[in-house]
Amino acid sequence: MDTIAKAHGEDQHDHPHGWRRYLYSTNHKDIGTMYLAFALLGGLVGGVLSIGMRLELMHPGLQFFHDSHMFNVFTTAHGLIMIFFMVMPAMIGGFGNWMVPLMIGAPDMAFPRMNNISFWLLPASFTLLIISLFVEGEPGAPGVAAGWTIYAPLSTTGHPGPAVDFAILSLHLAGASSILGAINFITTIFNMRAPGMTMHKMPLFVWSQLVTVFLILLAMPVLAGAITMLLTDRNFGTTFFTPSGGGDPLLFQHLFWFFGHPEVYILIVPGFGMVSQIVATFARKPVFGYLGMAYAMVAIGGIGFVVWAHHMYTVGMSTAVQAYFVVATMVIAVPTGVKIFSWVATMWGGSLEFKTPMLWAIGFIFLFTVGGVTGVVLANAGVDRSLQDTYYVVAHFHYVLSLGAVFTIFAGWYYWFPKMSGYMYSEPIGKLHFWLTFIGVNIVFFPQHFLGLSGMPRRIADYPDAFAGWNLVSSIGSYISGVGALVFFFGVAHAFMRKQRAGDNPWGAGATTLEWTLPSPPPFHQYNELPLIK
Amino acid sequence: MSLLNRMTLLAMMIIAMLGAGEPALAGLGQPSPWQLGLQESASPVMTDIIWFHDFLLYIITAIAGFVLALLIVVMVRFNARANPIPWRTTHNTLIEIAWTIIPIMILMFIAVPSFKLLFLQLNVPAADLTVKATGKQWYWSYSYPDNGEFEFDSLMLKDGERKEGQPRLLAVDNEMVVPVNKIVHVITTGSDVIHSFAVPSFGIKIDAVPGRINETWFTATKEGIYYGQCSELCGKDHAFMPIAVRVVSEQAFSAWIEDAKKKYARNEGLPSTAVASAQRLPQ
Ligand code: HEM
Ligand SMILES: [Cu+2]
Ligand SMILES: [Cu+2]
Repeated sequence: MDTIAKAHGEDQHDHPHGWRRYLYSTNHKDIGTMYLAFALLGGLVGGVLSIGMRLELMHPGLQFFHDSHMFNVFTTAHGLIMIFFMVMPAMIGGFGNWMVPLMIGAPDMAFPRMNNISFWLLPASFTLLIISLFVEGEPGAPGVAAGWTIYAPLSTTGHPGPAVDFAILSLHLAGASSILGAINFITTIFNMRAPGMTMHKMPLFVWSQLVTVFLILLAMPVLAGAITMLLTDRNFGTTFFTPSGGGDPLLFQHLFWFFGHPEVYILIVPGFGMVSQIVATFARKPVFGYLGMAYAMVAIGGIGFVVWAHHMYTVGMSTAVQAYFVVATMVIAVPTGVKIFSWVATMWGGSLEFKTPMLWAIGFIFLFTVGGVTGVVLANAGVDRSLQDTYYVVAHFHYVLSLGAVFTIFAGWYYWFPKMSGYMYSEPIGKLHFWLTFIGVNIVFFPQHFLGLSGMPRRIADYPDAFAGWNLVSSIGSYISGVGALVFFFGVAHAFMRKQRAGDNPWGAGATTLEWTLPSPPPFHQYNELPLIK
Repeated sequence: MSLLNRMTLLAMMIIAMLGAGEPALAGLGQPSPWQLGLQESASPVMTDIIWFHDFLLYIITAIAGFVLALLIVVMVRFNARANPIPWRTTHNTLIEIAWTIIPIMILMFIAVPSFKLLFLQLNVPAADLTVKATGKQWYWSYSYPDNGEFEFDSLMLKDGERKEGQPRLLAVDNEMVVPVNKIVHVITTGSDVIHSFAVPSFGIKIDAVPGRINETWFTATKEGIYYGQCSELCGKDHAFMPIAVRVVSEQAFSAWIEDAKKKYARNEGLPSTAVASAQRLPQ
């Protein structure tokens, strides 16, 4: 690496080596790498938990768990880990940190030390969550089993042990980490673009990060408030969510979903950005309707703040309120449609190359559409009455997350792996990984629509025997995707052992953003002379 | 083009599955093995839910199919071999307006029946009978406020307690009983944490929230037994607090009420503490 940097005539600043290089790091690329490694770990833990759940659900009756408490600890931990310790670190901390400065022509992030603390809060947060698994939650049983939504009063009087307190503190740290990150990204993007890079020339990935971090900045504090009230209800005798003291359990739900709905967009919008870059690269054609694409993300982010109670159609809200949330929720489908059609239009007339990142991106476009249209079904309170809290909802959000967000993460991984590591991954292994995952996750989640329609509630460890058939199919699918994940890890190891040099730009003329003008991997400090954008 | 073949095959499978919306195997009052769609209807509201869901299913299948078709066309016509020189088009105002306006029109088309259904569910007609369901960790208690002072608990039957033909995890010891073809109000509350009262074949689901009284209604159009499950995570035995509603003739219902008054009469005349603490009305 040093040799490459020297070859480009750059003065290599002195920087710590060994473990100090990472622990003390203020370098956006090193921090990005740590975020990605952390997300891999989070994904591994979250994935093992999900296989555990599918093993239990493979057949009716309890197989592995003695009661459903432990099963619900698994669902809770799976949800929280995948959201806070896999998708967010991968997309924002990982790819965002790595690529935003490179793409806007900046030497680093605006606040490098804050970047360091943003990252290091996460392992602390994760540790607290892991501790929560081993201390009492529900009476006499360890762990939080209240779901990632931690609704009061199940999370207050229903969990007398300290497990929920640990989970709350964990979420506080994760939230603080992402808010600090958000401030960093906003400052960087607004102030550190290279000369000539106007807002309307920024790559869509940078736009997507900008929208995402604003969502974080505005939504996370609401979560922090809600869980702080939960904490004081639990420990200091307040009664925000307790009816006997004048509080209301539904207040928690309103606060939670005011955060929760924007949060689901936090999990997908960076993916929108990555898919836009990748589709344009492998179609060898600029993004179709660039401004529409950028402002569709802004619109999705904005509308995302006024639809939250579509998660609460069965709590007993008035007709007028439910009607409002139906309309507002359906409106989101419009900018979402704009994005999907613009990706197709970008490919239309292109010269498509089906490299691994492109497979993930195309797979994403279709599967995200499937998840989007079931979202439109759920938006209608009348029919959501039948589907709320069933596996239909589980199918919906996994189509947009497991087959949406996760597909974009893998797309981004294969797309930028050569840039970040300097090595080319193996196309056959990448493609095998894609096909195993594509087939696997569809087998997992498509039948869950049927289970939900026929009435199977979510978050149960055992189910009436009539649900056995599709559950078996779904479990088999999860083992296939598990094999896919092994192939992924093998592929990463293989690429690092094979050490096939990738070159500055392995993707050719379609890759037009600034990171491809740098060596692979980029020097420790890039752009000692700022690039000029025409 | 093995990639394309595989994509097409899978897509066709998915569409075939999506299209199989009218299930041959829909259960009445309980799910049936390999069921694909909603449970069979036993109330006017559920009939409308099923109609509306089918209506949506056609629309969303068409949309997903359309996107898939576009992707396939793009992959066939515009792969690097078929189209080595990419075009330079990046704008087309007309088409950008079209793909904004057309979805808005589709959504407006959906909104009309959606609101009709919503108003049918939420404009509660005058009751012939009121049943109060209280969710507790982990069973339901029922009382019949306009039929006397009694209340009884309804617990899931465990292995060995069930009679031949009673479904596992759904059958209970004391069912909620209602007369056929009568407007039944269900009012719900929770005594400890939030639970949710749901009976799929009636098209109802309403949370049972501590400190609040919620209300929904149904008219059961066929006699029989209808099962549902608690639909809000409520702790350790959330999976094991089913709901069973027996719909009987009016005469049988009157007889049952007389019986129940004696069988479940409270020893002391006082209402149970759990019920009393939940009496605060939301408004
Ligand atoms: C067309 C756009 C979308 C619409 C109209 C939509 C609508 C809905 C509705 C109405 C629900 C509540 C269902 C219920 O609980 O009964 C829901 C749940 C959910 N959606 Fe979406 N959605 C859309 C896109 C997305 C996206 C892009 C994501 C994330 C990437 C997402 C993630 C989720 C999650 C995680 C839940 C379940 C949360 C939980 O209860 O644990 N949705 N969606
Ligand atoms: Cu939402
Ligand atoms: Cu429950």
